[in-house]
Amino acid sequence: MRPVESWLYATDKGLYCAPGDFYIDPPRPVDRALITHGHADHARSGHGHVLATHETIEIIKVRYGVGSAATFQIAALGSAQRIGDVRVRFAPAGHILGSAQIVMEHAGRRAVVSGDYKRATDPTCRPFEVVSCDVFVTEATFALPVFRHERAEDEALRLVQSIARNPERAHLLGVYGLGKCQRMIALVRAQGYDRPIWLHGALVALTELYQNLGFDLGDCRPASTAAADELRGGLIMCPPSALMDRWSRRAGEDPLRVFASGWMRVRGRARQRGVELPLIVSDHADWPELLDTIVETGAEDIWVTHGRDDALVHQLSLMGRRARALALIGYEDDAE
Amino acid sequence: MRAFAEVLDGLSTTQSRIGKLALLSAYLRHAPDPDRGWALAALTDGLPLRIAFRRILSDLMAQRADPVLFKISRDFVGDTAETVSLMWPVAPYVDAPPRLSDVVGQLLAAKPSEQAGIIARVLDRCNARERWAFLKLVGGAPRVGVSARLAKTAVAELGDRDVSDVEEVWHALEPPYLDLFRWIEGTGERPDPGIVPVFRPMMLAHPVEEADWPGLDPNDFAAEWKWDGIRVQVAAKGGDVRLYSRTGDDISGAFPEIRSAFAHADVVADGELLVVRQGSVAAFNDLQQRLNRKTVAVKMLRDHPAHLRLYDLLFADGEDLRPLPFADRRRRLEDWHARERPLLTDLSVLIPFASFAELEELWRGARQAGIEGLMLKRRASAYLAGRPKGHWFKWKRAALTLDCVLMYAQRGSGKRSSLYSDFTFGVWRPRVGSNEQELVPVGKAYSGFTDAELRELDRFIRANTTETFGPVRAVQPKLVLEIAFDAVQLSARHKSGVAMRFPRVHRIRWDKPPEEADTLDATLALIDRPAA
Repeated sequence: MRPVESWLYATDKGLYCAPGDFYIDPPRPVDRALITHGHADHARSGHGHVLATHETIEIIKVRYGVGSAATFQIAALGSAQRIGDVRVRFAPAGHILGSAQIVMEHAGRRAVVSGDYKRATDPTCRPFEVVSCDVFVTEATFALPVFRHERAEDEALRLVQSIARNPERAHLLGVYGLGKCQRMIALVRAQGYDRPIWLHGALVALTELYQNLGFDLGDCRPASTAAADELRGGLIMCPPSALMDRWSRRAGEDPLRVFASGWMRVRGRARQRGVELPLIVSDHADWPELLDTIVETGAEDIWVTHGRDDALVHQLSLMGRRARALALIGYEDDAE
Repeated sequence: MRAFAEVLDGLSTTQSRIGKLALLSAYLRHAPDPDRGWALAALTDGLPLRIAFRRILSDLMAQRADPVLFKISRDFVGDTAETVSLMWPVAPYVDAPPRLSDVVGQLLAAKPSEQAGIIARVLDRCNARERWAFLKLVGGAPRVGVSARLAKTAVAELGDRDVSDVEEVWHALEPPYLDLFRWIEGTGERPDPGIVPVFRPMMLAHPVEEADWPGLDPNDFAAEWKWDGIRVQVAAKGGDVRLYSRTGDDISGAFPEIRSAFAHADVVADGELLVVRQGSVAAFNDLQQRLNRKTVAVKMLRDHPAHLRLYDLLFADGEDLRPLPFADRRRRLEDWHARERPLLTDLSVLIPFASFAELEELWRGARQAGIEGLMLKRRASAYLAGRPKGHWFKWKRAALTLDCVLMYAQRGSGKRSSLYSDFTFGVWRPRVGSNEQELVPVGKAYSGFTDAELRELDRFIRANTTETFGPVRAVQPKLVLEIAFDAVQLSARHKSGVAMRFPRVHRIRWDKPPEEADTLDATLALIDRPAA
């Protein structure tokens, strides 16, 4: 049997599957790309042929335009297809809407590239599916034992309670624009918050896409259309970069700054950003989820991509597994 | 523990003083005794626990975590106690956390060998936020941006009292402060501060404004030099001597020679702490070397000798002199000093004058170093805590100014957190081995401009950023700031070799080309020069 590393390996264009002649989430334009999900460091424009889930393709079209790849092909979750000499299947990853793991079988071995993933429930995407495999390629964004995320529902409740306690102050919530934004909207709606939610311009198009795809996110409006007094005591969402920017001044004299991210587990990170209400909500697996998932896949070999590979590789070696860091260029270690 | 964890968590992320105060007051109002008293102790003087905290934490973690993972995590988080709180193994079933007071009670009663076990059992019963708060509680320094004074202010608010009322009794209290809360909430007597040498809130002055002059009669006022040292209070009773800063911090440890000078006294006196050599006052920088030390080396005592120049007498021989007029207190001060003659002290002289114009003339002629300005004290005024209006005035010289070039800007905090509001500026000096000039930073200012000007500065900074380091931006050397300051002194701690006293932005010189800003030589020429 050919070992997996002889047919699936890192190149300067990204992770390459030789018998299928395709790249997975390549950071540079290639002829044939399989895309796990729509975040910008995984999905880029300019590829020849793109294979991804229906939702991921819709996200790519909103972000980069309908002509950002020569052809798009929908990968139906669960149904396998043959590409070259490889059997390929997409399985849900639970990270964001449309996110998928890519399952490859060749020469009697199965490899799974998980992309980014989480195990916690998320009303805006399908849950992670465990696929048993020989090689599991895992992310490691939060691969330190200090990262144990809180229950997202509890954190959303803290936000809604803070809004109720501070009727004079606008709550300015920093979120990653794709996934976290819409998940947080769904979470606060589930806590009974039914007032309009005001969106920074960078969040509007993707939120509309979710709504067009059938998610009920309630009344969401561009913040630019709000009268000044409408924002007082309200909930405004923006990308993290706008949280401290001049843009934030429209939220009034003294907005209460909130940031929803796995990084908020560490106080220094919250203080650094001047966040008054840190919410520990993440779309990435935390430390226990990473370890549980790796064990459940039964994989003998674990390849660790972007993030804290040092800690995870060490822990897996303590657990008697073969683990190594897979150096892939172009991914953001602390995107979220 | 849950309520304490909530409030400590809130304090650590709330930036505004008002917000912190509201959180603290609400906690103190609702938390039961003695829990709130122990919480108050943690935020002020610390719990009276003797715990080898670092050793216990490392022992506990050695049994529970892989050392490599602990080290990687500790390096990432940057705080050992927080790292432990985050890595602590989660029990399969967690019941309610223990009561704060139960935990403190157990730790107080425990032998040193039992402490680690108690701490581990508490951590097993807490969630992540509670574990963090608990470790900050027993670790001694919560570092959540709450000064002891702010915590005391929150206590005072419970009973609509002023913080000075709490400060006055504070040093006579012991945690968990049951008698303090009873008194503040109106169910008990005022704790008696008379047994130990406690801090008495100090009387402070207002700057004299142009509009004040017509209302001031020179016959009503005594004048003294305003010395450029640190305002302190010395409290001595029964052989115990304490030296307090203006805000009530106990700085006795750093000044043993002053303590022994008052060892046999029974007084509370107000004065200026200075470094004096052969009768002349040294620069403020010399005094700074003596601050923030728990113990002092002999060499430090010899090279930077401390001296107390006395202004006022608050208590003598058990009598409270504060209700007396200044003139009477001054007489008592002179009598007492003539009788006792404590070493390392003298009296701040009263300057005789007939008119304010004459006083200004005397001032112009005063060449002694260490004079920062004049104090005007109303002869009839009692010694009043805080900064009451119309009694004491400080009259400082017009500030010195230099044209400096903006070099770096840092984000502000609180309401200023979306603005670049802290400015580092520099002056020109020749680059070594070249004909060119380079900028060298000489100070940092964050006041002196209006809100509108701040927004203009912010816009300038964003449009002219050359580099970003976290919250700091380097900007192109294009903007001249006219900086006002009280004095400039030599300083080994600064790259430029000089340090400014109280720098602030006087004017923004949008019109002035940066190459016309001042030089380091011009800055050095102002050393020890009194302001105009």
